[in-house]
Amino acid sequence: MDQTGRSLISLEGLDRDDILWLLEQAASFESNPDRKILDGKIVATLFFEPSTRTRLSFETAVNRLGGRVIGFSDAATTSSSKGETLKDTIMMVSNYADLIIMRHYLEGAARYASEVSPVPIINAGDGANQHPSQTMLDLYSMLKTQGRLDNLNIYLVGDLKYGRTVHSMLTAMRFFNPTFHFISPDELKMPEEYKEYCRINGIKFEEHTRFDEETIADADILYMTRVQRERFTDLMEYERVKDMYILRNEMLRNTKPNLRILHPLPRVNEIAQDVDDNPKAYYFQQAKNGLFVREALICNALNLLK
Amino acid sequence: MTIMEKNAKTELLVAALENGTVIDHIPSNKVFDVVNLLKLTDINTPITIGANLSSRKMGSKGIIKIADRYFSEEECSKLSVIAPNIVLNIIRDFEVVEKKRIAMPDEVRGIVRCGNPKCITNHEPMQTVFDVVDKENGTIRCRYCNKDIHKTEIKLL
Repeated sequence: MDQTGRSLISLEGLDRDDILWLLEQAASFESNPDRKILDGKIVATLFFEPSTRTRLSFETAVNRLGGRVIGFSDAATTSSSKGETLKDTIMMVSNYADLIIMRHYLEGAARYASEVSPVPIINAGDGANQHPSQTMLDLYSMLKTQGRLDNLNIYLVGDLKYGRTVHSMLTAMRFFNPTFHFISPDELKMPEEYKEYCRINGIKFEEHTRFDEETIADADILYMTRVQRERFTDLMEYERVKDMYILRNEMLRNTKPNLRILHPLPRVNEIAQDVDDNPKAYYFQQAKNGLFVREALICNALNLLK
Repeated sequence: MTIMEKNAKTELLVAALENGTVIDHIPSNKVFDVVNLLKLTDINTPITIGANLSSRKMGSKGIIKIADRYFSEEECSKLSVIAPNIVLNIIRDFEVVEKKRIAMPDEVRGIVRCGNPKCITNHEPMQTVFDVVDKENGTIRCRYCNKDIHKTEIKLL
């Protein structure tokens, strides 16, 4: 696998075996999450844009592995607010840290950082572009709950136009013969370029605007995302559809027993509270899986995995 | 005025070249982009620039004649991002010895601006890099933010 000991910017370069191997490593961290593999290592978490959830997950991963963390959680407190270039910040921090985990509001920031940095970079999200550790934890959650990644019926619900996580999932799942169902209001449909990507890569998909019990009867995975008001140009349209893409407990009555509900979080109202107690709800465990996946990604970037 | 005289007059508009390059079939609105891309302002040999000339194929076109100067493949390939149908006539001793059509390169470095305002290349002092993903339709993809730009939307730096 050519990603060993290198930066992780996107999942584009990974093939089926690479993905499965990393997920296997994540499983081994899940069975034994506290190891002193990072003893003596310093990891920098540079969050030019705040993201509490992702940062805590990465920092917990480093701490559980015995490493130490330096960094910042908001660019307003750093020199970039004085006009320092990203390159200068990266060059400075790479003097201190063995690995840099970064979140940035600009697209392509992580790739550029990896080109100038002498230490590996893990992309923890660059604008609307890539967020590979999120996709890996989504895959891990699917593998763990279904026992396989091959031949799954995956239903993506909500904002499929702007949702970074759903786009990355299409790319990463292309090796596993999935059948996708895209459920969204017309304004937030899966963009044509991604549907074209599916056609080119032989990925089966169907589109729906209705979200009800019948539509999801055959689902193995229900991946919910938030329909955000600010995404609509026509607010009348928003008012019309906003309650149509809410998952309620009674909709799950006739779903398959192996169905699991995923959500990248934070949730607002797109999953009703009464779903939380349903054994098919999996979003909180999904977030926990992020820890094990990130332990694996960190060790891989530092070339510490056999 | 006889036809002969008329032809002679039109041809006089652009001086004949003994040695050098004639860049033909430039879209009229791209003439000065070509001047900039090939850094013609730094050249000391005679240059004739013609714009809005009538063309049977294109309606209106531009021509640039540069005396005693030839261009490398790399320089030529730069032109493909603004005008893929340009032809470079290589002139030696008043004769066209070669007609070069330009080929779209695999990557485009430091010429084009990324159209995505949230792309890192528009905020850092760095070079832009695009992969040419569709040579036929002229689509390039930013290596940093992954956004596609079609040839009709290309803006030079």
